[in-house]
This record gives sequence, structure tokens and C-alpha cells, in this order.
Amino acid sequence: MQPSGKHAKIALVGNPNSGKSSLFNYLTGLNQKTGNFPGVTVEKRTGFSKMPEGHQAQFIDLPGVYSLYPRSLDEQIVSETLLNDKSPDYPDAVVVIVDATNLKRSLLLVTQIIDLGLPVVLALNMMDLVAKKQISYNLAEMTQQLGVPVVPMNARTGMGVDDLKNVLSKPVAPSGKSIFPVFDEAKAGVQELREALYINNDYKAYQFLQQPNTLSFLKQEDVDLIHRVKEKYQFFPGKFHGAETVQRYSFIQSLLDSVTTQPSAERKTSRSTLFDKVLTHRVWGYAIFLGILFLIFQAIFAWATVPMDFIDGLFASLSNYLSETLPDGPLTRMLAEGVVPGIGGIVIFIPQIAILFAFISILEESGYMARVVFLMDKIMRKFGLSGKSVVPLISGVACAIPAIMATRTIDNWKERIITILVTPLMSCAARLPVFTILIALIVPEKMVYGFFNLQGLALMGLYLLGVAAVLLSAVVIKMLINVKERSYLIMEMPMYRWPKWSNVGYTIYDKTKSFVFEAGKVILAIAIVLWVLASYGPGDYQENAEAYILQETENLELTEQDMEDRVAAFKLEHSYAGILGKSIEPVIRPLGYDWKIGIALVTSFAAREVFVGTMATIYSIGSEEDQTTIKSRMKAEINPETGGPRYTPAVGFSLLVFYTFAMQCMSTLAVVYRETKGWKWPMIQLVYMTVLAYISAFAVFQLLS
Amino acid sequence: MANGKRNVAQMKPGEVAVIAGLEDDDLSTKLMEMGCLPGTSIRFNFKAPLGDPVCISVSGYELSLRIAEASTISILN
Repeated sequence: MQPSGKHAKIALVGNPNSGKSSLFNYLTGLNQKTGNFPGVTVEKRTGFSKMPEGHQAQFIDLPGVYSLYPRSLDEQIVSETLLNDKSPDYPDAVVVIVDATNLKRSLLLVTQIIDLGLPVVLALNMMDLVAKKQISYNLAEMTQQLGVPVVPMNARTGMGVDDLKNVLSKPVAPSGKSIFPVFDEAKAGVQELREALYINNDYKAYQFLQQPNTLSFLKQEDVDLIHRVKEKYQFFPGKFHGAETVQRYSFIQSLLDSVTTQPSAERKTSRSTLFDKVLTHRVWGYAIFLGILFLIFQAIFAWATVPMDFIDGLFASLSNYLSETLPDGPLTRMLAEGVVPGIGGIVIFIPQIAILFAFISILEESGYMARVVFLMDKIMRKFGLSGKSVVPLISGVACAIPAIMATRTIDNWKERIITILVTPLMSCAARLPVFTILIALIVPEKMVYGFFNLQGLALMGLYLLGVAAVLLSAVVIKMLINVKERSYLIMEMPMYRWPKWSNVGYTIYDKTKSFVFEAGKVILAIAIVLWVLASYGPGDYQENAEAYILQETENLELTEQDMEDRVAAFKLEHSYAGILGKSIEPVIRPLGYDWKIGIALVTSFAAREVFVGTMATIYSIGSEEDQTTIKSRMKAEINPETGGPRYTPAVGFSLLVFYTFAMQCMSTLAVVYRETKGWKWPMIQLVYMTVLAYISAFAVFQLLS
Repeated sequence: MANGKRNVAQMKPGEVAVIAGLEDDDLSTKLMEMGCLPGTSIRFNFKAPLGDPVCISVSGYELSLRIAEASTISILN
């Protein structure tokens, strides 16, 4: 097939753990972008690669699947992309990458895609491990029997990638072989459908007959037509599907018998088995898992604070510098008090997000994540979740948005809905700055037993509180949702291996970049809106603030500094933001908050991390003289009623608990809306989390004060 | 399972067997796609610490299944 348009579109397809991402990263480098497949939130990675003749080819990384018959929504994308020749992602050629140490299972998918009549190149990955096992394949014979080019490679080192590019730079012809000719009983139906829908291939028409309801691109009239054809020719998908799989495997077995040479003795215990003895041990398995979690939290707290303090200080002094050097005016003030602290509030996240995604990516890459699913499945099922819920929940520690997208791998609807509903209770990276700053304010920086950082322990406690909330809510929701659907867990246990560090690097880069540009836009916009709300207000209070203060304090002898502070506070109080904060004060007073914190609660409804930015904006307005860090400004804040500090332990812990439970993230609600296709679940989620947050914060404040 | 046949859930760690059949129609297509075909040899590797799921070797790789799923795979013995 000739590449259409200006560049060839090449899809990468393969089983999970086949090395598809490594190959994609190797081909495209940093020249890749992450988007979504139309209408769904499944992550779509595309990128360009320079081909030998100098032109570019576009690569699309499709989700990992074992067959064209999808079990989960994630897998459905692959069938839809490869079966819909009108799709903008329909490829000119397909590279099917397989784990060559595990050819039997991998070839099932290969034979299905060959039968679709698509031009296929078979990439045999992990050839180094094949050699280590002293297995060899007759590649010429394999090419002959499958009718497609076969390229041996090692996607981790890049060995064979140039050969693959060479093969792809010339037009690839479809195989021409038909490995599974459709059953005789289905032929008439397939023929009728091909003519009615202009389908150019038997197996494609057969797929339409097999699963019309999973292919969302089919128009309703086409689906009706397919159902009529099925009816007419007595086509029973279930029976045919099993028989097709058996037939494909018998082809694969005879192919493997004729191309494989391997040593006679079966390998004994592999390295993976030895690892599993320890890592899935009844004591060590859980101890190591907890230890890893503990390490992650300590690392985030200990390693990220240094760059974070640096960034915080940097933006404070930039802000200071701007207001000193630029001529005074609304624009300068907006820049120094709105935009710069706003950007600072985004950039400050980068160290934590990077560290979190580094850990998550290493756990995935090494094969350990599948063991976590294995260890946790039985426990999670008691709570109405699945072992597979552990991956979204752990990702939820970084950000609920990709985590909720990751629930697509859970094939049981009820387990998936519960996972979606409780995932935002996991403390995400956006809560970290809130936690960090409040903990730093109310928990002394001390070491206990010599090596536990007390602040780190407090942080870990909050995370555990989130986990407890996840489990308890899940149990309650499990009892409330009354659906009986069979759930299962049939999951590959990949071999342990060293993570490929460049893949880890790409993940960090990718996630951090999308955070800065996606979430960053919202945060910056809110920072500016907030600055406007905090700087302007109704009536003449803003312009004549000094006159009002003079009137109020006629009999007092005020220093210049005192006067300025009073004016600033007066202005804020009578700004739009102040009015907003005051109007909700009666509701939040039982939690120990004043109207200034109220402003932060309102603004951080859009995104939790805005809390810190709001604090920065609120407490910097007016006090241009000493632009110190946010923390010291919050520490200096006085509660006028008690004369003591505003942030007492009671207020601090009440806020910490509120932020642990509250659903304060518009992006998460938007993702839940998209994933559940309606407002019902996001609204339920918003209400239950807000009520939980309010009651808990109330209880904490009343108990501590 | 029925007919007095043994199934994968009843195997002991380290035991090797040949798959006789798949007793559950809903799961059989998925299990076959994952390489659990009648006539294939399998090895029972180990159970999770809480007894469920289990890990088996089949078609040259390792697969984890819940006990409920493993019990739908009958074996020859």
C-alpha cells in the first residue's frame, strides 16, 4: 500500500509487556505528543520519526492487547482503529511487536491482524533473551509461512530498529495469506455484509458480525443491518469465537514446530521465580510493598523540598524585583502579585510530580506492579474493588486524572465505578503543596528515633488517612450499588527486568509537561482572576481606604508601617474576594476558618493546588515591602480574635483533613463525566466527598480546640 | 468440577498437568486467547499469600488467575 497523504501512518500494536513503548520511544524520541482518541480519554501517543529516505513517518502507539476481541474499553480502541478504514488514525501499515520469548501467545494477535488484510511487519522483540535461552528461530521460514516481513530486534538497545525503518520505508504489501478462512457456515453472511457495506476483506466483515455492538464507529443503521444478517444466517458469535481461537492456535503450533530450535531440557527455575518467592511471600511480600510505599513518601518529602524551597524563594524574589524596578501601576501589581506567584504555584509542583512518576514508572517497567495486583486482589475484592484497582489507586497518588483513565483496564463495571468514585480520595500531588505548607506550619521539624522525620511521618499519616477513606467509602458504595456482574482477573505476570531508564525519563517528561501546560493554564487563569477579585471591590472603599482608616483610628497613634498594614487589610476585606469569603464565613466558621481561608476554599474548588497560590496572593497584597516566602507570611498571620497565630494546630489539622477528603478538582469531575458518560456519577462523587470533608474537618477542629 | 475431573484450582505448587477442557463458556474464549488451550501443558507455580489468586505457567509464560477462574480449567491426571 502506498503511503497516503504526505507521510505514512504506522500503527504499533502488541501485547502488554511486549516492549511496544520502548520501541515507540526509540523511534520518536522527544518528538512525540500525547492526546486522546476521539470521544474517549484513552491516552493516544503519536510521534514522528525520520525514515531512511529522509521523509517522516507518523507512528501511533495503540494500547496493549492480546486479541482483536476486546474485554475492556482500553482494548476496544485497537479493534476500532484497525477495523474502521474511515478513522483518521487508520494506518497505512501495522508493526506488530511481539515478545519473542513468548511467541505462541503473541502470534494470536499477529494472525488476526494479518487476516484483516492490513500490511503487517512483524517485529520480534527481546531477541537477546531468546539467545540467552538458546532458542533460535528460522526467520525465513516464518516470513514464508506468515507472508509478512519479520524483523528481529531488541527495542531496549535499539538493535534492529534501523532494519525495521528500512522495511517500512518501502511500501509494505498485505500478506495475502489467509490464516483463518471464515467458517463455511458464516461465508454467506460475510458475503452479504461485504456487498452491503463495501467491505474489502472477509475477516473484517466477519469481525463486524462477531461484535457489532463493541465497534462504536458503526452507524445505527449498519448495526441493525448486521443484526438482520446474523439472524438470517443463524450466526452464533460465542461458538465461532472459541473455534476460531483453537484453529489459530493449531496454525501457530505447527508454525512454531517448524521454525523453532531449542535445547531439549526445559529450563528450571528462572530468576523471576526466585524473585517471586520473596516478593509474593506472605510476610516479605507485604513488608516490601509497604516499605516501597514508605520510601516513596519519604523521598517526596525529603528530596522535593530542597528544589521546592528554591523555587518558592526564586519566585518571591522575582516578584519583589518586578515591583521594585517597574513603575508602580495596576499592570505591575498584577504581574508581581498575580501572574508571577501564579506561575510559581505551578512550577513548584514539578519536583514532586517528577519524583512520583519516576517511582510509578519504575514499578511498572520492572514488572513489580503486576505482583502488587496479585498480592492485593483478594484484599481489594473484600472492599468491592479488584486487584487491578491498585494501579489506578497508586497512580492516584500522582494525579487522579490519569488514574481514572487507568481504570479502563478493569473489565467489571461495578469494580470500575467504585474505583473511579474512590480514587480522588487518594492524596494526589496537587494536595502535596497544601499538605507541605500546612505541615511545615504546625508540625515541628524534628527527628524521631534518629531517622524518621516527624513532618514526613505526618505526611505519611495523611496519605494513610486517604487510603482508609478509600477503603471505607468503597465498602459503603459496594453495598449501595446493587449489580451482579461477573468479575475476573486473568493477567499476565511479566518477567522481572531492569527498568529501561530512558522509558522512565520519557514518562516523567511527558507527565510533567502535560501537568504544566494543561493544569497550569487553569491555575494561572485562576491566579489572575483571583488577583483582580482581591484588588478591586464595589463602592469607594478601595480608593479611599486610607481616609476610612484615619476616620476609624482618629485617637490612635499609628506608625507608618501599622497604617500601611491596616490599609492593606481593609482593602482586602472590602474587595470582591473579601466579600465572597465573608459570605461563606458562617458556613466554615465551625471548621475554624476565617474569610481569608474561605477565599482559598472557593478558589481551590477549581484545583486544590490553587490554595497555596491563593495564600500567596492574599497575603502578599499590599505588603510589597517584605516579599518573603509564603510560609513565613502565613506564620505571621494573626487571628484578631485570640491575638495568637491564625494557623493553630486545630485550624491546621482541620484544613489538612478537609483537603484530604474534599473533591476539589474540576478536571477530575470532567474526566469522571467523560468516563461514565453522564453527570450522575461525578455529582454523586462531589456530594459525598464534600460532605465527608466538612464533617471530618468539623470534628477535628472541635476536638482539638 | 463435574465428572470427578480435577481442575487447576486443586493443583499443588510445582505440579504439572495437561488441560483437559474449559468448563465455563463465558471465560473459555478469554482463557484460550491467553494460551490456555485443551491439550496444553501447564504448571502450577504458587498461590498468592492469601490463597487467591494463583500463578500458573502456560504456553511459555506466567499467568495469574483467581481461584474461581482456575477451577473452570479441568485437567487430565
